[in-house]
Amino acid sequence: MSAKSYVRKVISGEAGLWRSSKPVLARLDIELTDRCNNDCLHCSVNLPAGDVEARASEWTAARWKALLDEAAGLGCLVVRLTGGEPLLRADFEEIYLHARRLGLRVMLFTNATLVTPRLARLLRDVPPLETVEVSVYGLTEKSYEAVTRARGSFAACRRGLGLLGENGVAFTVKGAVLPPTRDEADGLEAWAASLPGRTGSTPFATLFDLRSQPGDGKSALIAGLRMGGDEFVDFSRRRGEGAVDEWRDFCGRSGGARGDRLFTCLPSGASAAVDPYGRLQYCLGLRHPDAVYDLASGSLREGVTGFLPRLRGTRASDPAYLERCGRCFLKGLCEQCPAKSWAEHGTLDTPVEYFCGIAHAQAVAAGLLDRGEKAWTVRDGSKRAKRRTGS
Amino acid sequence: MKEKIDLGRVYGPSDDVVVREIEGEIVIVPLTSGIGDLEDELFTLNETGRDIWTRIDGSRPLGAVIEDLAKDYDAPDGLVRRDVVGILQELLERRMIVEKG
Repeated sequence: MSAKSYVRKVISGEAGLWRSSKPVLARLDIELTDRCNNDCLHCSVNLPAGDVEARASEWTAARWKALLDEAAGLGCLVVRLTGGEPLLRADFEEIYLHARRLGLRVMLFTNATLVTPRLARLLRDVPPLETVEVSVYGLTEKSYEAVTRARGSFAACRRGLGLLGENGVAFTVKGAVLPPTRDEADGLEAWAASLPGRTGSTPFATLFDLRSQPGDGKSALIAGLRMGGDEFVDFSRRRGEGAVDEWRDFCGRSGGARGDRLFTCLPSGASAAVDPYGRLQYCLGLRHPDAVYDLASGSLREGVTGFLPRLRGTRASDPAYLERCGRCFLKGLCEQCPAKSWAEHGTLDTPVEYFCGIAHAQAVAAGLLDRGEKAWTVRDGSKRAKRRTGS
Repeated sequence: MKEKIDLGRVYGPSDDVVVREIEGEIVIVPLTSGIGDLEDELFTLNETGRDIWTRIDGSRPLGAVIEDLAKDYDAPDGLVRRDVVGILQELLERRMIVEKG
């Protein structure tokens, strides 16, 4: 025996925690509900708060608790509770406390409008060990409620943030760049920085997913709110050229083209997601019927160690994908993935023109492409990216 | 401030932490506020710490834990006592271990 330092702190994530093998599952993302008390213009998830059918189909607290037990048994350390609005669930505290008592850290994604004094005290006394992430949709009542389309939501959000701050609960403010709020980004950042309890910077959602449910009109609405490529570049450049340098660097480091591989973004075992009805997914948002595993008829272990690895082996067959995405050196910039293809086209492997256009605008800004040049026609694109990065 | 450690007393894990064994590592996760210095800290133990931790289970006085360890390690009582008192000091200060009964 020897006495040196007995206790080792591990801060911010699990890096450095594992000396030999890593656990089977590092993080589990749980969408507790698809329902939301807001009706945001841009949201691809929200069902009405009172949607009876959705509510009746959601997993009960008992099922979520059993799943959390399983996740902890697989070595999971972090669970993300999101939605919809997770605080709509009357049993949220029960689920949250169960997760914390299992030794899970909890990432809570919320709009903060339903934060009560009791919940704020609970988050103070039994802290989530992860920063609460609060989406704030505007700086003024007018702009905020133009996005949320819910009367009283601005005041409720401010009240919720106040309760978090008063109780010393660490939170991050996240914005969204939408027509009613497009000119507010700087103001929102400055306001957020002044809030007690707020930590980190203020990220902005800029590229919105469609709804993958044809016929309800919401996808057309979302499509109309999206920034174009040049606008996205201008927004990213508002603080200088740092973002553009990062794109160039990222492209230089992201290796060759995808080929026919589809699932390239998450290392095996890094995370998995579960929808409100107990279906395991590769990630939040990917609900293609071929890409979900019903946890009512199989274990989380089987889903994570059997189903998801098999899914990761799925290859693209869409000729347009193989011709374009498969040969494109901008994969480090482009958001194309099975979840985006699903949201946009209801498939896993159809090129999404919108994200393609954004990535091309980024590449032009970064000096990696000439305007009008298509990235998949560039021979040795990754060499070009490395050369221009200087790496 | 250092806690006074009494070999005749019984110590055990605090209810303010959750202790997990994952892939051979003991991971101590704060449950209530005020355990770590920061909000996102986890704690793990070195090998010595792990051997000691598993024996400080609230079932017997600390002196018996030291005797048991000295036997297992075939090491002098004094050396083992130094390690046990060292880790206990650290864990008591962090509120991860508390006096039981």
